[in-house]
Amino acid sequence: MIRVQSVSVEIEGSLILQNLTLDLDQKRIGIVGLNGSGKSTFARLLNGLQLPTSGKVTVAGDDTKTDGKAVRRNVGFVFQNPENQIVYPTVSEDLAFGLKNLKKKKEQITELVSKALEEYALSHLAHSFTHHLSGGEKQMIALIGVMIMEPNYIVMDEPTTLLDLRNKRRLMSVIEQLKQSVFMVTHDLDLLGSFDRVLCFHKGQLAADDVPSVAIPKYLEFCAE
Amino acid sequence: MISLYHRADSIIHRVPAGAKLLALVGLSSGLFIFDNVWAASGAVGIVLVLYAIAQIPLKVAFSQIKPVLYLLVLFFVAQGFFVGWDVAVLIVARFAALILAAGLITLTTLTSNMVGAIEAGLRPFSRWIAVDKVSLALSLAIRFIPVVATLTTEVREAQRVRGLESNIFAIAMPVIIRTLKMGTQIAEALDARSFGASD
Repeated sequence: MIRVQSVSVEIEGSLILQNLTLDLDQKRIGIVGLNGSGKSTFARLLNGLQLPTSGKVTVAGDDTKTDGKAVRRNVGFVFQNPENQIVYPTVSEDLAFGLKNLKKKKEQITELVSKALEEYALSHLAHSFTHHLSGGEKQMIALIGVMIMEPNYIVMDEPTTLLDLRNKRRLMSVIEQLKQSVFMVTHDLDLLGSFDRVLCFHKGQLAADDVPSVAIPKYLEFCAE
Repeated sequence: MISLYHRADSIIHRVPAGAKLLALVGLSSGLFIFDNVWAASGAVGIVLVLYAIAQIPLKVAFSQIKPVLYLLVLFFVAQGFFVGWDVAVLIVARFAALILAAGLITLTTLTSNMVGAIEAGLRPFSRWIAVDKVSLALSLAIRFIPVVATLTTEVREAQRVRGLESNIFAIAMPVIIRTLKMGTQIAEALDARSFGASD
């Protein structure tokens, strides 16, 4: 479980998040809010990319401030733009990167990479150059690059923003089948229908925290303001 | 190394990257130790045979030397006139052998293996050098050359549609700013993927 206890975040003198307290133990949690509402900062708190100014965030008991490395092993993060998340020139090399960081053996890395690509029917891309991939393929590789490290939680910051409808549907069907807990920041409300819980942020505060059918209308009210 | 790797199942492809790099060092030294036309021409011949064994098409092999062809011709003519034609052949054959050999390594070695070999070579100095960081820096440089090239094209096109034709300063500033921003995001992505977790 991820616990957020009395957390506030201040960046360059601006209060981005104010006094948040919540426990996150559902499988699928959506995070919505207008631009600048603090939702991305909240997502970054969950794996320690952003540290709280006050209060604390713990992931399975590990504090993001003091046990950052353990937290990042446990919480994968998929960024909005996969271009900045892919760090090696070819697909198989990039997927191997995270496993190398986990100190897996070379043979094991080769096996895990080919198994992961097979699982998502992308074996044909194994030796492709990452800068030749389409946007959808890049986002899939970014997701697999996180999945392959077997985190227990995955945070996604607007993962469908750069995708066309076909790739968006494909990514969603992959996400639906994930056994991990998923926290997804999105403006795409259609994606959240089947989620267990939706957090709606407004001006740095948690304005709604409920099932999608209750939290999403609240978000729409803010959109109409 | 960015997009030159030529996939094939040959013995040259299977030779470890470290051994290939050592062979290149050996060839370079040998060409300067055996200072004669026959050794240099023989080296060109051997390298071409290795291209054939590696199943590299002639066109691809030629593309390795094509960018410096004019330079080689210039060397040949200058050396021929001022020093002698024997020396001109020796110099050009020596350069051609080295360029072709380096090209062969690029064409038959994956970036990760090349970086791995450099990493292994630096390992004895790990007390003074952060080997993992050096090897990652090399990979990132290779990976992001085409990304920065695309970024530059985007900026140039955005300026053209607003009426500004090629202006190096107007292009450089937004490219630098976007590259720096990208650098921050890449650093976060590395953190998120546990880089340095075992330090």
